[in-house]
Parts: sequence; structure tokens; C-alpha cells
Amino acid sequence: MPTVRIPTPLRKLTDGESQVAVAGSDLRTVVGNLGDAHPGLRERILDDSGELRRFVNVFVRDEDIRFQDGLDTPVAEDDTVSIVPAVAGGA
Amino acid sequence: MPTATAPPFVPAREAADLVPNLTGLACRECGEVEEVGLSHVCGFCFGPLEVVYDTDAISAVVSRERIEAGPPSLWRYGDLLPTLSSDPSHRVDLQTGLTPLRPAPRLAERLGLSELWLKDDTVNPSGSFKDRVVTVALSAGRALGIETFACASTGNLGNSVSAHAAAIGAPAYVFIPADLETGKVLGSAVHGPNLVTVRGNYDDVNRLCAEVADDTGWGFVNVNLRTYYAEGSKTIGFEIAEQLGWRFPDHVVAPIASGAMMVKIDKAFRELASYGLVDGDLPRVSGGQATGCSPVAEAFARGSFDVRPQKPDTIARSLAIGNPADGYYALKVADRTGGAIGHVPDDEIIAGIRLLAETEGVFAETAGGVTVANLKRMVEAGTIGRDERTVAVISGNGYKTVEAIADDVGPSFEVSPSLDDFLAQLS
Ligand SMILES: Cc1ncc(COP(=O)(O)O)c(C=O)c1O
Ligand SMILES: [Zn+2]
Repeated sequence: MPTVRIPTPLRKLTDGESQVAVAGSDLRTVVGNLGDAHPGLRERILDDSGELRRFVNVFVRDEDIRFQDGLDTPVAEDDTVSIVPAVAGGA
Repeated sequence: MPTATAPPFVPAREAADLVPNLTGLACRECGEVEEVGLSHVCGFCFGPLEVVYDTDAISAVVSRERIEAGPPSLWRYGDLLPTLSSDPSHRVDLQTGLTPLRPAPRLAERLGLSELWLKDDTVNPSGSFKDRVVTVALSAGRALGIETFACASTGNLGNSVSAHAAAIGAPAYVFIPADLETGKVLGSAVHGPNLVTVRGNYDDVNRLCAEVADDTGWGFVNVNLRTYYAEGSKTIGFEIAEQLGWRFPDHVVAPIASGAMMVKIDKAFRELASYGLVDGDLPRVSGGQATGCSPVAEAFARGSFDVRPQKPDTIARSLAIGNPADGYYALKVADRTGGAIGHVPDDEIIAGIRLLAETEGVFAETAGGVTVANLKRMVEAGTIGRDERTVAVISGNGYKTVEAIADDVGPSFEVSPSLDDFLAQLS
């Protein structure tokens, strides 16, 4: 199953786990399953219209999904998905 | 007679009793409030946290006279910066700031402006404006009991973190793209940090550091200390106004990488107005990028606040952030103040470096070339009025990026040590 890395601000919702394994062959499904397993998580990642929130960046195979197919980006069994707050860096 | 005295060196083993001039950290988006600490992201919506000042306490003390009587460094504005501890040994200070605001009449004439000033941050201790943000971040970090400091850097920030950490004997981890300019790499390495070169671009470095910060508890100045760090750039705006005789300029042009500096310069002007330190119309604030990394300028041109990330390809390595954290807010500042955000190709960046050096005697790195070249275009396009009192922020030193001009400038003569030879060549 793909591994999802959870950033600190969201670990309250994963019982402190920094990584969770979630089924799904595309990102939308992975996020959906993540939300089912950890109530509250989906709302933190997606806005009301189901799009990625402005301040959330998601990386699949270490590449920003905006350079891939967004939420339709395929996710393989041994892939890692990273959820990273957008404001993390500076310069 | 030497009269200097050094503050006592007290290693920061434990967090200080915090006496902050802050009441907390608040999310810029949803307003959630958190306690002062090592936190930069809203636990609720992922929006950026901002420091919330104790404005009543600050209003009661701050004045032009108090600032003018302060140290000849950016710490003269300590009342207006996040100060977590009143213990002087927590301040990490290489005497950054209060850099010259130089009149630039020759450059103004070439550009067709009636009044132009250069905020010359090439002369900060490590050669860029990044010393401003680092002195604030490390001072806050020490008050919070942080022992190891770190950063993700396009070069200048790494130089500054390395220098400041060396000065307090703190371990540092500096993460940079592996292929930066030699001056930027060695300018960090010489201070003895753990220099980590990452095979990837800055955005890769940044993402890695976000994850490392989560894992290690190190004080990453631009990750988990970012809330404090970013406030340091306000001092550019404070100093500009003070150096103009407590007046606002009409227009400020700054370079944009993450966008944080531009956003904080605008914030500085608004704070000066709200504390009654400066009257008059708030300045227009504009930003410049390199065409090869212009996600904010591209959104501006589209009339959108939605920044699309890019894969940078420009000689302006210090500004090569394809996924700028504050791009959205930089667009808001340009929109609110009537500024613009432009971009220029690499050949104009080189021409900008040369024009600045040849007219005003200031040698800037590529980011300075970006600023001057964007300023030139904005005046030509009428975006900046010829009568606007304009300030260009020259944010980094040219000796760091000599590669950029190596093909364009060089010696005029090569002679033997003989007068005849020289005179012959001269004629
Ligand atoms: C010399 C120089 N100028 C400007 C900037 C842009 O700063 P910001 O990321 O705050 O937009 C940087 C960033 O690294 C820089 O090194
Ligand atoms: Zn929030």
C-alpha cells in the first residue's frame, strides 16, 4: 500500500503517527481513504469543492502534484505521498 | 581607545523565561491563535502563522526619539520586532542593518526618474539582507531554547545562518541546491556548518527541509522559526522611512523569491503609520522576478492571485524559488498598494548589474540586477511615474555571484611592467 507522510499539524488526527499506509491507485482515492480512516483529515487537505487547499502542497514520488496530474496523479503500491504545508519555506 | 563592551556569552541551554512583546501567533487565514513557540503553520487550515504584537504595550513606549537613540543596527527597532526575551545574551547580533540609503542621481538620470534611492543591503555582515531575518530568527530561537539551527537556502540565507551560528558557537545545518554559485557555497562552508548539498532545485531542498524540521526539532529559520524570521525584513521598510527623515517614499521596488521580503516591507510602512511614527500616503510596493523563475509575475500578468509553480531556469539563483510561499500575499500587496510585479530575462539582469555598478558604484548580485532591470522596465512602461520618489532594494553583494558577469566584463589592458608598453597601448 502507498505510504502517506503526515506533517506535525495533522498528527493529532493520526494518533501521533507520522506515516500511515493507505490503499488507492490515484491521489484522490488515497486522500479519500485517509479521511475515512482518520476522521477530520480530508477537510484539512481539501476545501469544500474537493480541491486542494491553498496552503497545502502534496508530493507524490517527491514531485509536486501540480507538475503531475493533480488529484488524479496515479499512485503505485510502493509510492510515498508527502503532505507539506505550503508556507514551510522562505528562501 | 577601544570602548566596546561585549554582552556576556551565555549558552542557551534552557529556554528563557519568555517576556515577549507578543500575545501569541495567529493564522493569517482563519485567525486561529496559538501560543508563542516553535510553530509556523496553522494547525487548523495550514495557513501561515503571524506574530501578534502587544500593540498597547508597544504604543506606550515606541517613539522616533527612542528609535533614534537605539543601536546603529536594525535592533533600534526592537520594539517592533518579535522579541521573546529581555535577556541580552539571547540576542544573536552581528550588527546587521541601518545600511546606507544612497541617493542614486546618475542611475536615476539613466532611467528617467527624478529621484531614486538605493537601499544598499550589499553591506550587511554576510553580504545580503538575509542577515536581517537571521538575527531575528536566531534571537527568538535561543529564547525558545533551540540549540541547533538550520535552513533551506538559495545561497544567501545559508551564508547568513552559517555566520550567525558560528558567532554563537551553535551547530548549524545548511541545505542548498548542489549546483549553486561557488561564492555562495564557500561563503557558507567557511563558517564550518554542516553544509548539505541536495541534488535538486530549491523547491526540492525546501520540501526536504519541511520534513527534516518535523523530524529533528532543529530551529529551521525559514521553516519552524519562519513566523519570527519573516518579521526581520520589516526593518528594510523602517529604515527607508527613518532615513528619508521619517517620510514615506512614493514607490519601493524589491526583488521577489518567496515574496516574504516584499510583503514585510509593506507591513513595515503600515505599522509605522499605525503607531503614528510616519504620516502621509503609504508607498506603492512593486516586485521583480527573473523571467526564468517568474511564478508571481506570471500570476500578476494574468490578474490572478493563484500562483502556478514553475521549474526555475535563471542566473538569478538567489531568487530561483518556483513555488513561492508568500507569492499570494505579494500579489495582494501589489494589488492593494497599486504596485506591479514584473520579470526580466537574464541578459537584462546582467545589464542591470552593470548599470548599477557603472552609475552608482554599487556591486550587486543577480538579485540586484533583477531589481534594477525591473525598475527600468517599469519606468519605461509608465508603471512608475517619473516624479515618484522611488527606492530600489539592492539585497545582495555582487562578489557572491561573479560568474554572472564573468563573460561580460574584464580587464581593459594587459601590459608588461613597462611605462613604454603601457603608453603604447594607451594610445
Ligand atoms: C539577495 C536576495 N534578494 C532577495 C531575495 C528574496 O527574498 P524573499 O524570499 O523574501 O522574496 C533573496 C532570497 O533568497 C535573496 O537572496
Ligand atoms: Zn488557519
